[in-house]
Amino acid sequence: MAAGVAAWLPFARAAAIGWMPVANCPMPLAPADKNKRQDELIVLNVSGRRFQTWRTTLERYPDTLLGSTEKEFFFNEDTKEYFFDRDPEVFRCVLNFYRTGKLHYPRYECISAYDDELAFYGILPEIIGDCCYEEYKDRKRENAERLMDDNDSENNQESMPSLSFRQTMWRAFENPHTSTLALVFYYVTGFFIAVSVITNVVETVPCGTVPGSKELPCGERYSVAFFCLDTACVMIFTVEYLLRLFAAPSRYRFIRSVMSIIDVVAIMPYYIGLVMTNNEDVSGAFVTLRVFRVFRIFKFSRHSQGLRILGYTLKSCASELGFLLFSLTMAIIIFATVMFYAEKGSSASKFTSIPASFWYTIVTMTTLGYGDMVPKTIAGKIFGSICSLSGVLVIALPVPVIVSNFSRIYHQNQRADKRRAQKKARLARIRVAKTGSSNAYLHSKRNGLLNEALELTGTPEEEHMGKTTSLIESQHHHLLHCLEKTTMSMKEVGDGLQDQMNCMMGALQELKLLQVQTALEQLEISGGGPAPGSPEGPGTQLERPCWEGGRGSARPTVCSPASQPSLGSSTKFPSHRSVCGRDLAPLPRTQPHQSYVQQGSELVEPDDWTSTLMSRGRNRQPLVLGDNVFADLVGNWLDLPELEKSGEKGETGRAREPKGEKGQPQELGRRFALTANIFKKFLRSVRPDRDRLLKEKPGWVTPVVPEPRTGRSQKVKKRSHSKGSGHFPFPGTAEHRRGENLPTGGPKTLEPSPSGFDINTAVWV
Amino acid sequence: MGIQGMELCAMAVVVLLFIAVLKQFGILEPISMEDSSDSELELSTVRHQPEGLDQLQAQTKFTKKELQSLYRGFKNECPTGLVDEDTFKLIYSQFFPQGDASTYAHFLFNAFDADGNGAIHFEDFVVGLSILLRGTVHEKLKWAFNLYDINKDGYITKEEMLAIMKSIYDMMGRHTYPILREDAPAEHVERFFQKMDRNKDGVVTIEEFLETCQKDENIMSSMQLFENVI
Repeated sequence: MAAGVAAWLPFARAAAIGWMPVANCPMPLAPADKNKRQDELIVLNVSGRRFQTWRTTLERYPDTLLGSTEKEFFFNEDTKEYFFDRDPEVFRCVLNFYRTGKLHYPRYECISAYDDELAFYGILPEIIGDCCYEEYKDRKRENAERLMDDNDSENNQESMPSLSFRQTMWRAFENPHTSTLALVFYYVTGFFIAVSVITNVVETVPCGTVPGSKELPCGERYSVAFFCLDTACVMIFTVEYLLRLFAAPSRYRFIRSVMSIIDVVAIMPYYIGLVMTNNEDVSGAFVTLRVFRVFRIFKFSRHSQGLRILGYTLKSCASELGFLLFSLTMAIIIFATVMFYAEKGSSASKFTSIPASFWYTIVTMTTLGYGDMVPKTIAGKIFGSICSLSGVLVIALPVPVIVSNFSRIYHQNQRADKRRAQKKARLARIRVAKTGSSNAYLHSKRNGLLNEALELTGTPEEEHMGKTTSLIESQHHHLLHCLEKTTMSMKEVGDGLQDQMNCMMGALQELKLLQVQTALEQLEISGGGPAPGSPEGPGTQLERPCWEGGRGSARPTVCSPASQPSLGSSTKFPSHRSVCGRDLAPLPRTQPHQSYVQQGSELVEPDDWTSTLMSRGRNRQPLVLGDNVFADLVGNWLDLPELEKSGEKGETGRAREPKGEKGQPQELGRRFALTANIFKKFLRSVRPDRDRLLKEKPGWVTPVVPEPRTGRSQKVKKRSHSKGSGHFPFPGTAEHRRGENLPTGGPKTLEPSPSGFDINTAVWV
Repeated sequence: MGIQGMELCAMAVVVLLFIAVLKQFGILEPISMEDSSDSELELSTVRHQPEGLDQLQAQTKFTKKELQSLYRGFKNECPTGLVDEDTFKLIYSQFFPQGDASTYAHFLFNAFDADGNGAIHFEDFVVGLSILLRGTVHEKLKWAFNLYDINKDGYITKEEMLAIMKSIYDMMGRHTYPILREDAPAEHVERFFQKMDRNKDGVVTIEEFLETCQKDENIMSSMQLFENVI
């Protein structure tokens, strides 16, 4: 029952007295209205803005937060009001819902924020009033589409490590930007399509006369050359079709798809022509078959996003097109009939029958007006003019619908592409901002841990690291401590948990070390405290399975028990020892690699950049499980392999570690990646900024990996930009745009580097 | 013949188009019917303000706070300050969804609408409620009699009673258990008249009504039933 009607219930009950005198039997007892209190005002303080309403207003909807006793959880005894730390603007709408019974959706509000608020207050969005429901649904649909787009693009970028050859091939066909070979194939086929189409066209141009005979078209004059060209094109198309057929995940579905039919139709005429050579009877049909060669031009739709959008639009506007066709047909028949009868009397009239008048009507309605059929009588002229006027209207009406559809879909696509292209740069900037802001957080955490360790061990520590920490922080640090202790003791028992911990810690280590870098620079801490300048193998650090057990000043105490188990399982956690103290010798980098292989982790951790980064110094940061920091860290960590193929990473690892692991399937990939890199170097433009930056901070660059690193970063750049350009309608301009984007991309991404380390490496974090 | 026919048609079409163009210019007024859209009395433009709080307090037996609370609810539902019969029927039917409450709502509306102007405003509403909730049994019975007496002539005839009874049974709806018979209202009316009509003259006057009711214990007790509504 609606809240409004509930207000009338007392009245209805009172009016029931009218039944009493006619009632046959005694009435049941009335329910006792216990808890009868005067209606009181309650104050709802939403982020400082006070709303007041009657209690009964809120109790109209008892299944929501405000209407039930759930709001008691938010009651503030001191101020005798209900405090909600939420958005007051949306709360206004929510409260109006209680007051009027109608929920409205404000247009200026973001749809996901609004949804969140509604979910918090326990209100279903379905009860949004009719006035605002359409808008809400539209926005929600847009949002969902955008999310789906983003998810799709992310899925496309994931490098699934265990793709079979067939799957890689299919991916290469569908998305040419995944590998260089695919890109080459893409352009080659595009070129041959163009050649084939041009050949077909030029074939029919008259090419000058052979003396003694009439003018020949080029196709007959240079028939051999044209035949060879045609053969070559068909060969390429056939090979392409067979390869696609082989690689398709569902062959049956592929055969039925439109593009495959176009492919078949494009190459069939050639083979049929080969089969039936010079047979006079069917040569007519053979000539007709050549018409189908023009379908090759549709193969361009694989290369052009705009064509695909056009086709999709036409498909989605099928009803409008159908209506257009139908109304045109109706009008044509009507006017043809009228014209025929109007012109019947006129002598030598061209309007010999109604179908003959169809031609006149069509030509007139589309305002072509060839003039080969012209009415001569007055009536004919009158009706003819009406016909041409109405033709304009009939055609003009459905066309804007189609146009707007096309425009909407096209713009949506453009936006999606732009979003994808900007995403990388945006994420990089966001990461930089976040690392800058979480610096202080981590710093304070580090101090907090130190203080805690101080309390534990009583070891005197450097003064400047001592900082008063809040109760919450100290409790947090204690919690982390407990967690570490827990997992340490369980190390031998649960490897699964261990792996999880390692994964998390690996991720945290990355960002932590980045922070350390900047923190070091900011605080100018030199060789003391938690930032030892020990140039230990940083490659040991950020392996995923890397396990760090020590912390801060508790190094001496914590390290020894930690190192013992590590020594016990040295093959598993060799990095542990190195982590655990500057007095321990840095392990050779190969060892972590081997251990890494032994653990059999899937995604190879690229430790080249980490090694350079860590060479400046390392801090044994504990688990820094901040609120957002952790999520960011893991997110950043997971982002790492998004653009990399395992081959690439393996390639870099290989370059540094000649005696590193040799995964059998990785070798091929590595070699291939090497060639790809060389190829890319040709395409790449010089990046002076990057080199300069590298030169500025020589400590970062280990002697082994300038090239592959730049290679990878270049690849990052190139990929991120070519992605945006790949969807250009005209493939010719794609490269041009890519070229121009690279130099602009360079300085753009190198700009926001406040913390002083290379943005490119930060991206990979 | 056909040619002249077509010429005629062409002329006719031309003339029609000419008239259409003239209409556009407003030279030729169309011979259309009067538009009837704006002359009905629209309650939404009419607003009613009730009398002052003090006067209402004097007229009824409600306290100021009760009047305030009542008015708030009333105004929330009817911002114009008036309830017309359709709204009334709608509200009432929402309380009795299984049956058809419109007839009874109609009678009720008439009972509340003291000055018979087709709309209940707040004074009517609150005066009626005051009688029903705070009035003496005598007043309540008088109010009930007023409800039953459809034409307000002081007598309840069998037809009036039948109409009332039918409307009450309609509110119950068809799907009752046990199934109500078709003649249940008529029977009920018979019983009522047997009880009430002393002098068997076929009508029930106010005195007969009051007398009978005051003697019936069931009725007297049930009159006190809804006192705690507000």
